[in-house]
Amino acid sequence: MDYRLTPEQEGFRKEFVSWLEKNLPEGFDPEKPRNYNTPEEHLVAYKAFQKRLSEGGYAGMHYAKEYGGQGKTIIEESIVLQTIASTCMELRGPGGITFGMAVPTIHTCGNEEQKRKYLPRIMDGTQLWCQGFSEPGAGSDVANVSTMAIRKGDHYVVNGQKVWTSIAHMADHCILLVRTEPETTKHRGLSYLLLDMKAPGVDVRPMKQMTGEAEFNEVFMDNVKVPVEDLVGKEGDGWMIAITTLMFERAIGDVTMASSYEKMMKRYFNMAKTAKRSGKPVIENPVVRQKIAHHYIETMVLKYHGLRNFSKLIKGGVPGPEGSIGKLLWSVPNPMITNDAVMMQGPLGQVGEGSPYSIGDGTWQYAFLRAKGNTIEAGSTEIQKNIIGERVLGLPKDASRAVVRK
Amino acid sequence: MDITLSKAQQDMAKEARRFLKNECPIDFISEMFDDKKGYTDKFWSKIIELDWPAMCIPEKYSGMGMELIDMVMVLEESGRFMMPGPFFSTVMYAAETLLAAGTEAQKEKYLPQIVDGKIKGTLAVFEPDSGADPTYIQMEAKAQGKDFVLNGSKVLVSDAHESNFIICAARTSPGNDPSNGITLFMVDPKKNGVTVSLLPTMDSTRKYCAVEFKNVAVSAGDILGEVDKGWAPLNRAMDRAIAASAAKAYIPPMFYNVTCGTVQVLGGTGFVWENEIHYYLKRAKANEVVLGDQDYHHERLLKLLSL
Repeated sequence: MDYRLTPEQEGFRKEFVSWLEKNLPEGFDPEKPRNYNTPEEHLVAYKAFQKRLSEGGYAGMHYAKEYGGQGKTIIEESIVLQTIASTCMELRGPGGITFGMAVPTIHTCGNEEQKRKYLPRIMDGTQLWCQGFSEPGAGSDVANVSTMAIRKGDHYVVNGQKVWTSIAHMADHCILLVRTEPETTKHRGLSYLLLDMKAPGVDVRPMKQMTGEAEFNEVFMDNVKVPVEDLVGKEGDGWMIAITTLMFERAIGDVTMASSYEKMMKRYFNMAKTAKRSGKPVIENPVVRQKIAHHYIETMVLKYHGLRNFSKLIKGGVPGPEGSIGKLLWSVPNPMITNDAVMMQGPLGQVGEGSPYSIGDGTWQYAFLRAKGNTIEAGSTEIQKNIIGERVLGLPKDASRAVVRK
Repeated sequence: MDITLSKAQQDMAKEARRFLKNECPIDFISEMFDDKKGYTDKFWSKIIELDWPAMCIPEKYSGMGMELIDMVMVLEESGRFMMPGPFFSTVMYAAETLLAAGTEAQKEKYLPQIVDGKIKGTLAVFEPDSGADPTYIQMEAKAQGKDFVLNGSKVLVSDAHESNFIICAARTSPGNDPSNGITLFMVDPKKNGVTVSLLPTMDSTRKYCAVEFKNVAVSAGDILGEVDKGWAPLNRAMDRAIAASAAKAYIPPMFYNVTCGTVQVLGGTGFVWENEIHYYLKRAKANEVVLGDQDYHHERLLKLLSL
């Protein structure tokens, strides 16, 4: 076991760090958690940054050159991603699903034409993707798909609705889970399509969340035509491919997430030195000190868990169900971390953006409210625990589902 | 011993619930959340008609002289429906502090007007450096002859933007001991040097303000109670507003946990604005810090237990 980078890898890291310093967008402040206030601004910034990465030779490090990548290894990719996460995560933010789910799925399960058609245009920032799995009434049970795709000649006709579709209002394409066999239920009869979000009949409606912003959407599909060339794998393979997508979501995510959390911890320490209680910095308060130490440890646990899983990925190719542990390791602490942040600010913890009295101009308040979605999105805590129970620990299936099967 | 509610108290709760169910549907709460004033005159006048502000004010000041437990019946229901408006700040903060600290003349002047709904008031305790410790009061009130001059800032002052008077706790003698050196001043927010601004708080079902004082002169007649001895009555009034430390330490975090659990059970539905749970969650978070947080009340409880 060795956590250290080789001298070549360390050299690459330094080279990328100095490249990044010179290539951040004009006016971008890495110390500000948010530089862009509208989805439109954010999208433009994302695409421009991705283009610059691609031109600089840093997009998709571990993908082959014919797919727009750099032909290096996943180690270089993780160095790039971790460096971005600890300096300018906001610029990469909208691409999380694109690179965490769409790219690895197309790369692993797509055919050669699909790879050549889509991957280079994702790498150079032309396309942003979203993920259409969840449906109304299905909760976190991804297999509960009602959206129908009926084949008519050289295309599918898609009808149905997706929900909780992050960044659909910004995306150009969508990885879409549909049912191609009408009489089936659950995992059987599902297929995996690549949907053009600009196709006639696609209607995206943003949903305002408790932070006051709209990150998620409802996506309605009314007789949308998807060419058969955009079917990934074979008809009926949808569930297996979806599982692949979801495992990739975890694997790269944890390492990147840990870097963002380490950056957040630095801001946390500074905030605790600035915020006051009884006239003294809260960092002097023993209760607060205990909490901060605990949260720092949680961040370290996430980091080393992520690195361990990442090492497995390097050796084995496709990540395993242990990724669910990583999901819990960031999503369960984050609501506690941000809650303690708001609480240590006392009454000022209520005060958000735009007031001179706000500590951090509303960023902690936003983080606190946004964190309320962490244990729900990307597979709820309950679903993750089921996966860990059944697939990591080998426990019997969850009783309610076992009864249904009988 | 009898810790059950009387028939009259149960009826009062029922009546309050019926009224609030009609008057405070979630659409109204949602509208008031985005509204700067935070309530409507029409709604306020209905509360006055019900005589709610009069309940705990003694009869000699035109009130009804009822017990705190009777008021609790109304307050419980007002929380259940997230009742908007300056009722709590006027009745539980301002009127209670006036009753605990005011001179006879001050009580006669202000309390009947509160009963009639003619005036509204609030209490300014927290400062930017207090955190959730209400004993940390360092705003300066400098003696100038018989009068005082106030300088400094107060934060999270409930409904100050709609108040006709603000009771401001400030330090007239230096030090850290709250029992010595804190004085309560009646301040008219329209006075020169007073700036009231609405704070952009997460909880917006209730409105909170920052109040800045720049060389604000307050005459001796507007001091509530004795100079330097403001903490005892202030503490008494705050205790009536929160019932007791044990309750304040226990209930708001519990309320917050319940709202978090509700979001999780609802899943994505609980995370969207359209679902009303986020209003409760934000209010719960504010409840945890107003009038002192859990750490403050745990500490206070242990001191009361001589630990």
